[in-house]
Amino acid sequence: MKVKINGKYEEVGSTLNITGLLISKGLSCERVVVEHNRRIIPKEEIGAIALKEDDDLEIVSFVGGG
Amino acid sequence: MEDILKIGDRSIKNRLFIGTGKFSSYSLMKKALEASQAEVVTVALRRVDDTSKTDNILDYIPKGCILMANTSGARNADEAVRIARLAKASGGGNWIKIEVIADNKYLLPDNMETLKATEILVKEGFVVLPYMSPDLSMARRLADAGAAAVMPLGSPIGSNRGVKTRELIEIMVREIKAPVIVDAGIGKPSDACECMEMGCAAVLINTAIAIASDPVNIASSFNMAVKAGRLAYLSGIPFGFMQPSASSPLTGFLREE
Repeated sequence: MKVKINGKYEEVGSTLNITGLLISKGLSCERVVVEHNRRIIPKEEIGAIALKEDDDLEIVSFVGGG
Repeated sequence: MEDILKIGDRSIKNRLFIGTGKFSSYSLMKKALEASQAEVVTVALRRVDDTSKTDNILDYIPKGCILMANTSGARNADEAVRIARLAKASGGGNWIKIEVIADNKYLLPDNMETLKATEILVKEGFVVLPYMSPDLSMARRLADAGAAAVMPLGSPIGSNRGVKTRELIEIMVREIKAPVIVDAGIGKPSDACECMEMGCAAVLINTAIAIASDPVNIASSFNMAVKAGRLAYLSGIPFGFMQPSASSPLTGFLREE
């Protein structure tokens, strides 16, 4: 299925949840925050959310800035 | 008596705030932050990329520092609010620097959108520090909306041109009860000192430290300059006399009158 990740559509496995997606990208759940269809996902909920076709995800983390 | 800056529920001793962008490495940034003795440190939020897999910037910020995420990248109030909420969820605490920039040429802030975002985020319990073009009426509106401080620019972001907006900032310092923190444009320790001599509550520096040949020593130098300027301000700087006044006695020496 296709989901939108940080503005770009990507093909991902149809049974993937958000935790699985982060692991597949080499990202730690602790380090990032995920917005799922405009809703910020609390860290404790992240494993419970399954992905659906056309879901829109923003995955962000802190970087240097002034 | 100790000179403390109160913002939100925090008491801050060091009036030098530091931004973490543009350093050549996180380890160098950490050394500069330590040398500066800064207590307030800004970070930004971005979409993850390959570097997100390895280094975590938060590991390089000295323990005990107050983290202030900015909303850089926001072009309007809605985006700023969205970024602020994400930053809080990322463990950035509830301090937020509102930065709304719709102008890509000069990178000047949009004060109206900044006010809208401030109103929303104050109600959500954030400690809001809006970055703004220096304007007395807008600073009043921001303070009335509950901004914990107002942060006028000295000159455009990253320009290192110094405090070109001095007269407007001086008016803000005189008229606004909330702390006035000069953010952006400060290029040299003497610029930071100038802001503090004017009575600004603090300064926020990033580029001038990050891109110096020796960020660690210049961070230390900014720390001293901010302290010197603050102490001078508290000492009551005597200036503005039109007539000269001799420092030494002029009469009764080597001459008969």
